[in-house]
Amino acid sequence: MTNNKVKKRLAKDRLMLWGVCLFAAMTATPLIAILGEVLLKGYDQLSWSFFTEPTPTAYKAMKAIEAGEPIPGGIANGIIGTMLMLAMASVFAVPIGILCGVFLAENPKNKFAQFVSYLTDLLQGTPSVIIGIVTYIWVVVPMKGYSAVAGSVALFIMMLPLIIRSTEETLKILPASLKEAGLALGGNRARVMMKVQLPAAFGGIFTGVLLAISRVIGETAPLMFTALGCSFIRFSIDKPISAVPLLIWEFFNDPNLQELIWGASLFLLLFVLTLNISAKYIAKKWNQ
Amino acid sequence: MNDKLYKILLFVTALLMPIVCGGVVFALVTDAYEAFEHFGFLNFLTSSEWSYTEGDEHYGALPFITGTLMTTLLALIFCIPFSLPVALFVGEYFKGTRIAAVLSTVTDLLAGIPSIIYGLWGFYTLRPIIMALNISPQGSGILTASLVLAIMIIPYASSLSAEFIKMVPNDLKEGAYSLGATRAEVIGKIVFPVAGSGIFSSYILAIGRALGETMTVTMLIGNTNNIPESITSTGNSMASIIANQFGEADGLRLSSLIAIGLILFLITAAINMIGKIMIKRTRIS
Repeated sequence: MTNNKVKKRLAKDRLMLWGVCLFAAMTATPLIAILGEVLLKGYDQLSWSFFTEPTPTAYKAMKAIEAGEPIPGGIANGIIGTMLMLAMASVFAVPIGILCGVFLAENPKNKFAQFVSYLTDLLQGTPSVIIGIVTYIWVVVPMKGYSAVAGSVALFIMMLPLIIRSTEETLKILPASLKEAGLALGGNRARVMMKVQLPAAFGGIFTGVLLAISRVIGETAPLMFTALGCSFIRFSIDKPISAVPLLIWEFFNDPNLQELIWGASLFLLLFVLTLNISAKYIAKKWNQ
Repeated sequence: MNDKLYKILLFVTALLMPIVCGGVVFALVTDAYEAFEHFGFLNFLTSSEWSYTEGDEHYGALPFITGTLMTTLLALIFCIPFSLPVALFVGEYFKGTRIAAVLSTVTDLLAGIPSIIYGLWGFYTLRPIIMALNISPQGSGILTASLVLAIMIIPYASSLSAEFIKMVPNDLKEGAYSLGATRAEVIGKIVFPVAGSGIFSSYILAIGRALGETMTVTMLIGNTNNIPESITSTGNSMASIIANQFGEADGLRLSSLIAIGLILFLITAAINMIGKIMIKRTRIS
């Protein structure tokens, strides 16, 4: 009787262990399925011209399909647009984000800093499509047109809270003795921050920046209302511009261009995952 | 640089955050005002009409609010049986081991996949399966969107839950073990009660993620402007109606879309705030 009860409890315990392992392992399936699908369908599209030529027009693509040839052209316009907007957004988001993070870390008890910290959470949780609407109202309407500038403003707003948080968190876990030693040597607070704390926190902040970039690089919705898209290679910042996720959306909606979806997705996915893994690697190295 | 200048510089940059957030609210409110004024705030929320015939325009947010709530709720239900085991795996059973690190890397990478690629996968892989199973004829709809959404929020729910499960004091668990409890009993009677509110708050934050997810839902929900009748019918969420129609809208329709954006913003802000406050309380106690 008692023996039976113990057996039952042990069986339940084992069932729980196996259940947890099974369901946890199943979580890896979508990652493998998505990676597998994009790799299998996309790898034979990646060629030199895929990265150097702009998107073909629907007409050209249709002709190629009729003739039974592979669709000409590539995603160079999207890659250049993405890089241009990311660069413009980062130039502002990185220094401003780090300074805000320093402010939060330096004044943990200050009421205004707590307010700013709350707003950082608010902005981080705001859906990206709303950032798109707001940037449209702020930038596209006054400039009377879609532009690369508008796209980078949207990316900037999305990157800012991520960089602020990672800077603040990293500075907060530095040992207090580091700062005290710097101050004891006669450095003022700015000097100690610049020469001691920020260099010591570099790994964490750099990881945060990489993660912020990888988070916004795949954003589609906010760019639809700001950068709009453009079918040729362009470097001007006051005109509509393309981006890789925008191209994927375009290919998805245009039956003639559907062949190009997987190459573009593979490029985007590899880029994002590489950024993610290197960020994790740097964080680990730096923690040791 | 002297201390005073340093403080001023930091303060001035920090001022940017209130300016940006204030600007977000201001822009949304001023541009949504036209729609609220025209239809009345409550009427806009409760009307289910969405027609843009010129001269007879009627816009209401109810179908999209329903769509958002349905997809989010279903996604949450589908996500729990996977995210909870992952959290237990990483935070309790295999805490600190290499295999746990591998699993948390896998979930981190899941979080990194852009939503448009989730949408493609849902459209080209999951949708045919749903059609083959005869669940719905067109394959896209609330159910399809929620299934993919569930996968997308697993990482958010599981990584934070795992943190809270890890924080359960060892002496409590050891006490139970010494009384002869099995591991499953320790989890049911010690870990869940102690980490419960933390786990709960991580699901609230996951809801906050699911509410605003745009591209995946837009590609999978079917994009019809009616109140969805069942979980297999098509619909639209607040984010997906904006993504679908914002580019071509003007006048009253644009203002109505921005009004929907404002409502979505307020809902996510409230959900996120509740989650954060709960986490702060749990951490302190």
